[in-house]
Amino acid sequence: MTALNTITLNEEGFMTNPAEWTEDIATVLAEKEGITLTDAHWAIINFSREKAADSGAAPTLRQITQGIGITTKELFALYPKGPAKKVAKISGLGKPEGCV
Amino acid sequence: MAEEKNRHIAFICSKGDLDMAYPALIMGWAALGDGIDVTLFFTFWGLDLVTEKRVDRLEIAPVANTSFKMSMMGLPTGNWGIPNIMGIIPGMSAFATWFMKMKMKALGVPPVREYLEMLSDAGANMYGCKMTVDMFDIKDEDFLPCIDKVVTASDFMDMTEGAQIVFI
Repeated sequence: MTALNTITLNEEGFMTNPAEWTEDIATVLAEKEGITLTDAHWAIINFSREKAADSGAAPTLRQITQGIGITTKELFALYPKGPAKKVAKISGLGKPEGCV
Repeated sequence: MAEEKNRHIAFICSKGDLDMAYPALIMGWAALGDGIDVTLFFTFWGLDLVTEKRVDRLEIAPVANTSFKMSMMGLPTGNWGIPNIMGIIPGMSAFATWFMKMKMKALGVPPVREYLEMLSDAGANMYGCKMTVDMFDIKDEDFLPCIDKVVTASDFMDMTEGAQIVFI
């Protein structure tokens, strides 16, 4: 877990500075959530980081499914039990802003 | 150590107006995104949301709706409401419905049918209320596929033990 020494998390477990994020950190954060990252997971992480770089906020679930062209079922299978927070946490972003 | 029970929220949807369809969908979707278990129970007019013939035809009526202001349509009328006498003109409900759908679309909010599908795919459980299903003479084939089954009020109570319940 040494990778985590270089980052700051807020009380909810979100990284406070997306610039501190690396792929290794994502892997460790994902393991903490019980997820082993595959290409399908990475596609979502990369999309989320690109989206956040543009808009300043983590994308909502619908923005992810529409943006990447995956189904809701696939998204919830990749990041079970709470994909909104899990994707944002692993991608080193804050809580998604927006309701859909 | 006893396994901690996951948070569970249940919505009782009793209204079939377009504006009253959305609260449970929006909050339910947010809950699923945060890993909370979600149950939706459709009763009375709320059954319109999950029946094939009605789901795409939900409406909002300006009559007797004191929150409906003309300024919502971009008119510089401040706090003036839509006079009820105007609300009864044929086509006013259709106009208000069209207007609300347009506004929702601009915000990226999906139509009710698609929203229900998203919730179902994300793992929400959805049930019809047996008493009103019998009263309205609704058949299984009238429902959208998202409805798991028709249950009694007592079944609903059993299924939502420990859940937070929201009545809409």
